[in-house]
Amino acid sequence: MAIRASAPTQLGNAGQERAVSRQNTLAHWGIQFVKYLVLIFLSVSFILPFFWMVTSAVKNDAQVFTIPPVWIPIPAHWENYWNAWNTYNFNGYLFNTVFLYAIPLTIGVTIASAFVAYGFARVRWPGRDLFFFACVATMMIPYQVTMVPLFITFKNLGWINSYLPLVIPGFFGSPYFIFMLRQFYMTLPQELSDAARIDGASELGIFGRIILPLVKPALIVVALFTFMNAWNEYLQPLIYINQEALYPVSLGINNLRQTMAQIGSQKLAYPYLMSVSTLVTLPIVIAFFFTQRTFIEGISLTGLKG
Amino acid sequence: MAALTQKRRGFTSAQWRDLRTGLFFISPWLLGFFLWTFYPLFSSLYYSFHRYDLLRPAVWVGLKNYVEIFTKDPTFWQVAYNTVYFVGFGIPLGVIGAFLMATLLNTEIKGRSVFRTIFFFPAIVPAIVTAMVWQYLLNVQYGAINAFLQGAGLPVIPFIANPGLAKPSLILIHMWAQGNAMVIFLATLQDVPRSLYEAATVDGANAWHKFRNITIPMCTPVILFNLVIGFIYGFQNFTLPWLLTGGGPNNATEFYSLFLYRNAFIFFRMGKASALAWILFIVIVLFTILLFRSSRRWVYYGGE
Repeated sequence: MAIRASAPTQLGNAGQERAVSRQNTLAHWGIQFVKYLVLIFLSVSFILPFFWMVTSAVKNDAQVFTIPPVWIPIPAHWENYWNAWNTYNFNGYLFNTVFLYAIPLTIGVTIASAFVAYGFARVRWPGRDLFFFACVATMMIPYQVTMVPLFITFKNLGWINSYLPLVIPGFFGSPYFIFMLRQFYMTLPQELSDAARIDGASELGIFGRIILPLVKPALIVVALFTFMNAWNEYLQPLIYINQEALYPVSLGINNLRQTMAQIGSQKLAYPYLMSVSTLVTLPIVIAFFFTQRTFIEGISLTGLKG
Repeated sequence: MAALTQKRRGFTSAQWRDLRTGLFFISPWLLGFFLWTFYPLFSSLYYSFHRYDLLRPAVWVGLKNYVEIFTKDPTFWQVAYNTVYFVGFGIPLGVIGAFLMATLLNTEIKGRSVFRTIFFFPAIVPAIVTAMVWQYLLNVQYGAINAFLQGAGLPVIPFIANPGLAKPSLILIHMWAQGNAMVIFLATLQDVPRSLYEAATVDGANAWHKFRNITIPMCTPVILFNLVIGFIYGFQNFTLPWLLTGGGPNNATEFYSLFLYRNAFIFFRMGKASALAWILFIVIVLFTILLFRSSRRWVYYGGE
């Protein structure tokens, strides 16, 4: 447009410009309209399953099997939450998940990964890139490849029906989080370490007193992700935990699911399953809303240097 | 001459010190690598040549496990087909979906962070909950979606009960939970320098040109990253099919990881499971090499 303005017929040009801009606004609003339409359609299809989960949790059997389905059950049977939670020993499952699994794993993974990532990011040493490449490459190996021999090893150690096989490997660092923390460390200026080295600080001292406090947000991300991974994990407990008293929440839900096999004969199978699903999702939702920024930044960072 | 011998002998004392410091810091990972990756990898190679049921001692059987897998077990080929189907269609579709959603969110819209939260949300929900909810939604007889269809007088869709629809249904659920990839894409899109778009506008490029020639090339490294992450996930996708379909109907969703789990922990055929693990390992190594080779042709690394 700026170029056109130098054309000889100033007046006609202005009119033309106005027509073009009017056309542009129309097209602009059209595009905006379509965009919001798509966004709202997507949002609804993303939310609906959860909405359905939460409302189905407070239905009774009659409300579950009505056709067409009811969106919001009246009356709502709030007692389902309490009753579903007590069909099995979910308090025990919760204790196992948090205190035997998630917390020890989180402590191990966070400390070890922070330590190892430091060696990959803040110390220059011959062979570093080669080792780092090996570390990243191990991320490509699916769990299933090492699953069988690890099981045999842990069985020989007598670790079946304990959380040790799920927790102990975490104390050696997790390649994914080592990678992530390395990206964080790399953003800190090298001068920080150099100045401390000149002052005679040991490498361990630099790590503990200077670098660690600066990457606290990143450590929180690692801790949060590890905790959530443990909370969500299904396959490993399935392999190692066979005693009902030791079940984590995820296996406990599956316990409840078995009742669905007798649908019809078992009362309130669906509402109970949805109640427990809602209760297990709730802490994740709360954690996510309180830490959303950190959370999203943490995920973004793993991809940026990909 | 002295300098030369010194050079041949290797490092200076400062380098030795750095090497020691570096190895000291990475020692937990290094030890873990030998204990939890290297040793299991090769011990599973050992077991793959044995018959082993955890009760009796392992018996050497040579290549019998491999021969059985490739020639005598028709399920294996079904499983291979299922896995290639999921990895080949589902993963790229997931990445494309995530990319398009991120592109949409990166345009001039209000309430971006609200939409981002909504789109991201399914990714953090425990897999078991996802499985329970979708099982409820998709069931033929009492699933919510079919109840609505029935209520509207429409025919029901046997999503996960039909062998032909089970895999597409799982892919749909996979696409629904692409929050991580979407967030990574969105961060990348926000990092593309505005000046590039402004320069293109001056040159008379339209929106499609800009998308095709600026947005996509600038995102190719991250597309590769998300593809790699996606493929790894695709090969080891276990929880959702295991809980939602249990591999059925008619083995239509018996993916590699389910088949491996079944052989190891239900049939207690540790030798065969180890052979399956090694086949998977080799396929993934070849696949990753191929992907990175091809990436040289389509990934643009000149961003800075």
